[in-house]
Amino acid sequence: MFEALREALIEEMKLDPTVCVMGEDVGHYGGSYKVTKGLAEMFGDLRVLDTPIAENSFTGMGIGAAMKGLRPVVEGMNMGFLLLAYNQISNNCGMLHYTSGGQFKIPIVIRGPGGVGRQLGAEHSQRLESYFQSIPGLQMVACSTPYNAKGLMKAAIRSENPVVLFEHVLLYNMKEKIPDEEYICCLEEAEMVRPGEHVTILTYSRMRYHVMQAAKTLVNKGYDPEVIDIRSLKPFDLHTIGNSIKKTHRVLIVEECMRTGGIGASLRSAIIDNFWDYLDAPIMCLSSQDVPTPYAATLEDATVVQPAQIVAAVEQICQ
Amino acid sequence: MAAASFTAAKFLAPVAARSGGEKAPPLPAGASSSSFARAMRRGGAHHPRLRTALAVSSDVLAGNKAQAAAANPAVTREEALELYEDMVLGRVFEDMCAQMYYRGKMFGFVHLYNGQEAVSTGFIKYLNQADCVVSTYRDHVHALSKGVPARSVMAELFGKATGCCRGQGGSMHMFSAPHNLLGGFAFIGEGIPVATGAAFAAKYRHEVLKQSGPDGLDVTVAFFGDGTCNNGQFFECLNMAQLWKLPIIFVVENNLWAIGMSHLRATSDPEIFKKGPAFGMPGVHVDGMDVLKVREVAKEAIDRARRGEGPTLVECETYRFRGHSLADPDELRKPGKDYFPVSFYFFASLVKFLVLTRLSGEMENGIKASLAKFAVVWYSVVPIELVNETLLSDFSFLSSLHSSYLICQHSDRYDEKSHYAARDPITALKKYIIEENLGTESELKSIEKKIEDVVEEAVEFADASPHPPRSQLLENVFADPKGFGIGPDGKYRCEDPKFTQGTAQV
Repeated sequence: MFEALREALIEEMKLDPTVCVMGEDVGHYGGSYKVTKGLAEMFGDLRVLDTPIAENSFTGMGIGAAMKGLRPVVEGMNMGFLLLAYNQISNNCGMLHYTSGGQFKIPIVIRGPGGVGRQLGAEHSQRLESYFQSIPGLQMVACSTPYNAKGLMKAAIRSENPVVLFEHVLLYNMKEKIPDEEYICCLEEAEMVRPGEHVTILTYSRMRYHVMQAAKTLVNKGYDPEVIDIRSLKPFDLHTIGNSIKKTHRVLIVEECMRTGGIGASLRSAIIDNFWDYLDAPIMCLSSQDVPTPYAATLEDATVVQPAQIVAAVEQICQ
Repeated sequence: MAAASFTAAKFLAPVAARSGGEKAPPLPAGASSSSFARAMRRGGAHHPRLRTALAVSSDVLAGNKAQAAAANPAVTREEALELYEDMVLGRVFEDMCAQMYYRGKMFGFVHLYNGQEAVSTGFIKYLNQADCVVSTYRDHVHALSKGVPARSVMAELFGKATGCCRGQGGSMHMFSAPHNLLGGFAFIGEGIPVATGAAFAAKYRHEVLKQSGPDGLDVTVAFFGDGTCNNGQFFECLNMAQLWKLPIIFVVENNLWAIGMSHLRATSDPEIFKKGPAFGMPGVHVDGMDVLKVREVAKEAIDRARRGEGPTLVECETYRFRGHSLADPDELRKPGKDYFPVSFYFFASLVKFLVLTRLSGEMENGIKASLAKFAVVWYSVVPIELVNETLLSDFSFLSSLHSSYLICQHSDRYDEKSHYAARDPITALKKYIIEENLGTESELKSIEKKIEDVVEEAVEFADASPHPPRSQLLENVFADPKGFGIGPDGKYRCEDPKFTQGTAQV
């Protein structure tokens, strides 16, 4: 997946000279996850800017540059570090287009790896989707496959809105064959992963793979789950989701976010608001535990949702 | 005295003794040195205005002003009148804001700039259209100096749809794309990275896109206060700006107060300009109440940035005549209180006087004269600066009374407000213009009249303007309204006719 993201960056930077990258170790080091490997040699040190360790300030710098016509892609070495940039992301990124009365647009992409990895410890295993989702003026997308990573990255760079692109640490080595010709994924659309009849499973990012693993077990047990990768965390693609609910009448949300105030919580209320009449069972939501991610492997596994829990949940819903 | 040609070495030279312009409050002659020294030790020594080791960057207007003007005029007549007009606009506009606020036309937090006009005018009037300005919540006058029409700013303050930000920003969020005013920020420090980004974009345009103006790089000026200089974003941006030699000038409007927090109580080393060299850039201190001095420094810093030599940190010593905002009771900046009632010092001094003159026949006359002068001091009818050595030197009793009084004044909070009111930048420029024959009294009066008309018209325009309609609510949330997403019916929400009416759910 990191190569897909890299390809997307290279293509966009070749097409549009105002696209630039800034972040820690993106230049000479090639990026902590190799997403920007070789870019500094290709485009120069100013277009692929190695910043000092000052997230709040270089994110703000990206925003100022965006206001003046550039299209920066700001990398947080780990999504968790962007907590330091929260002031700029919430106040300036989300708000400036509005408070300036539409005079300045901020076509910035803020991206980085997040999510629970392999025993990385609590602070490197954060999911910031829920923290950013309330910020008006921001769009959020989460990629999960090399195909949609490249497509979403391109779409995010081309978008006039500020977009936060959530990548996952454990998915960077995912391999997939992707088309040679140019393609873009729609930022606001969800992705149908596996059509089905019995239950709609809504998920995103790494949990998609846990869900698909659980789906194998479920199929063996005679269930037919419909799996949708929502991709767009803000705003939700209520069309795809709605059509699915109208078909299956049962919803399970599987996410890696914390339970409290997470993406699942918002999604649940959006579904209830819009599709209450179509539901035959209460919406179930499987989220990570509300704990700082422990270091120990057994505890870490217990923090996130595992395929066995997904199977059990589907069985419960479909009773 | 010719203006020295700029070299960075000049700014990086060791801190020199004060070279004029920036005056300490008048010391009382006849004050016993020991009592004053005690006062200094107790509190005065920490007061920046009583320290002597402040650098003054520009020598142009030190010394004999007439000579300087004759040999190499600091400003032309047109420039002087332009500067005067701009400062008067700032002052009249802000005073009108206060009026409008108390009449209920303006709401929320309104931060006025009275007293600091020299900084805004001094810097911004030297910029081009393409140069950027980034400010804080105290941004009305920066907007006006940059060229945003007074009527747009006033309408924005009234929250009307014709405001420069369509009424959506308000007092603290002034933006203007045509004038390259990049805000208006409510949180302190958060504009500095934005300014750094604008400077980065200027450098990028020059080096990557190969686009540049004929003068060189487009410059960005970031204004912020003394409180901000303790914030991380300030230091982080000083580092990045110098690292990449960005065309930016960091202008500190040091007015000594961050709401009620005195700069000295918040800062370990209050000399902010010294923090520039710590990052490798020149740090300059200038008298921010003198627009010509500010302009000289601005010229050098801006030209330097345009040539690609990098950033400069400029600390302007200035003062806000009003409180932090119109909601600020401004109690901490009242003239100093005596530690003891003045009567104590009167009687102590009277006793001392009687002891000294008990055998003298001048005692009777002396007491009458003393009482008269004491009344003057007691009732503070006359500002303390005028109760000086000429009045008091004849009586050692009164001088010791005066020095006792001054101990109270200077040891903790001397009368800052009247000290700076005496250095009002507009009055100073007016005096300079008339003395140097750059303009007549009547020309200046007509400028003032013109400005008053402009501001009146701005108020009328703002009053007559419509409030923003409901349909405006959602329009500017996203530059691309597809960001509101796809609704259950498969269409983008922004295509819903109810969306533009502001009634659609998002």
